[in-house]
Amino acid sequence: MKILVTVKRVEDYESKIKVKPDNSWIVTEGVNYRANPFDEIAVEEALRLRDSNAPSEVVAVSIGSGAAQAEIRSALAMGADRGILVKHDGFLDSDAVARLLQKVIEKEKPDLVLMGKQAVDVDDNVTGQLLAEYLGWGQATFASKKESLESPEEKAKKPGLKLGADKKSLQVAREVDGGLEVLEVQLPAIVTVDLRLNVPRYASLPNIMKAKKKPIEELAPAGLGVDVAPKVKVVRVEAPPARAAGVKVPDVATLVKKLHEEAKVV
Amino acid sequence: MATILVIGEQAHGHLKKATLSALTAAQQLAQKNGGQIQGLLIGAGAAQAAQELSSYLGTVHSVEGKGLEHALAETHSAAAVEAAKKLGATEVVIAATAYGKDIAPRIAARLGAGIASDILSVVSANQFKRAMWAGNAIATVEVTTPVKVVSVRATEFAAAQKAGSAGAVQQLSVQAASPKTKFVEFNEVKSARPELTEASVVVSGGRGTKGDFKPIEALADALGAAVGASRAVVDAGWQPNDLQVGQTGKVVAPKLYVAAGISGAIQHLAGMKGSKTIVAINKDPEAPIFQVADYGLVGDLFKALPELAEEVKKLKQ
Repeated sequence: MKILVTVKRVEDYESKIKVKPDNSWIVTEGVNYRANPFDEIAVEEALRLRDSNAPSEVVAVSIGSGAAQAEIRSALAMGADRGILVKHDGFLDSDAVARLLQKVIEKEKPDLVLMGKQAVDVDDNVTGQLLAEYLGWGQATFASKKESLESPEEKAKKPGLKLGADKKSLQVAREVDGGLEVLEVQLPAIVTVDLRLNVPRYASLPNIMKAKKKPIEELAPAGLGVDVAPKVKVVRVEAPPARAAGVKVPDVATLVKKLHEEAKVV
Repeated sequence: MATILVIGEQAHGHLKKATLSALTAAQQLAQKNGGQIQGLLIGAGAAQAAQELSSYLGTVHSVEGKGLEHALAETHSAAAVEAAKKLGATEVVIAATAYGKDIAPRIAARLGAGIASDILSVVSANQFKRAMWAGNAIATVEVTTPVKVVSVRATEFAAAQKAGSAGAVQQLSVQAASPKTKFVEFNEVKSARPELTEASVVVSGGRGTKGDFKPIEALADALGAAVGASRAVVDAGWQPNDLQVGQTGKVVAPKLYVAAGISGAIQHLAGMKGSKTIVAINKDPEAPIFQVADYGLVGDLFKALPELAEEVKKLKQ
């Protein structure tokens, strides 16, 4: 089977995010970049599915500036077979990303598309769902699994998504309000992954070396025939309101007194 | 004139509370664009829940029927799109719950609409505020399309008030869809405690509990609170997934949030910073959680929580 997986270049969540003085965006100088952590889980799942269903191929796709080559390389170093970069400088809204991915998918014809449920920069959580609708495909969002990340299944690196015997469908346990919902999606389908689907592997040094030789194809939005004018523009970015500094209390009795008399919440 | 369609959420005929927050956001939007609000409920039990929602607004439509029994994104979004078109909706508003997040983008794609997701506030008829970078920045986004879809962070909007007189409930029929997705089963996590996102008090435990949640649960029961957990706790398999509070879990904003043995990673703070009063109990005086806490207690949670539970019980007697 052929699995297409997305890897977005995002600000490292451990970097300090600061807003630009002109409120146009965040400060990007001095910020580290990495692959979206949810996308790394998608890559890991794609690799597990590939390796338990040979012959299969995993194609890593990124949309962004030339620098996003680095995130594709990191997916290739994890074990993906080849990469595609849709090169575009500047802001793209999630709708434009979905329509670009649609064109790549129509060209590549994968059996399954795995994506992070959201990118940890804009935290939109819409691209996979938009893409599924544009393609007319089924979707299973927020993929998780019943087994914990400490379970023997996880230690054995088994896929959390269960491919049907005929390889035409996939069972997905989804994290929803109040529990786990299990869906069966016909392939091809879009699956967006949540945190507890798996623990992504680290790339080994030999695999990092091998990844350097794997091919990355470059495409352009114009070549794909997609108008990337945004439907949703970011007009202003500001720092979140700061919480007033609190107080330390010496003991439980004082805490209860404060909660009761001052905050009036107990 | 603008028609704002609020898509509600229901289970077995019972309206989910988040719907009333989405309605408040819709009312704020109506003040900006002069629109008229209508409600829509989809799936088995929709008519009954529509009755409940009709206490809050003029007209509520319900759609039930084959293929809509389970909240599949394909069928529910298709039904919503058909209803939105029939009613001439210019805005679609829905709570950003797991259900809302699942279906809203599909509705937007089908309507050719831009989507502002998980909004914190309504700025104007086409501008909304939303959190980015785990809440480290707040963006104002502008939806440029004639039809707009908005999903609403329920904890940021108070529940709507009942209207003076009950509105009308109308049944709407839509074409049956043939989805490429099948419902298999639902594994409910049952709890006698209130639901995390709806509770007015939340007691959360972190790595400091070492997996022993008894003191957390005892305090939660004394306070009538929901139990939450940090990502570390959930990843270790100590507590189920759906208890996780954070950017990647549930976003809560109760009137009291007690964080015990939680260091306060950015990703956790993003999920609880909106709480009215925050209490942090941690052995490490340098833990970042103290920077957002209104009241911090440096100490051992295994000693402090039982004491706190006792004091609370005394107060309530």
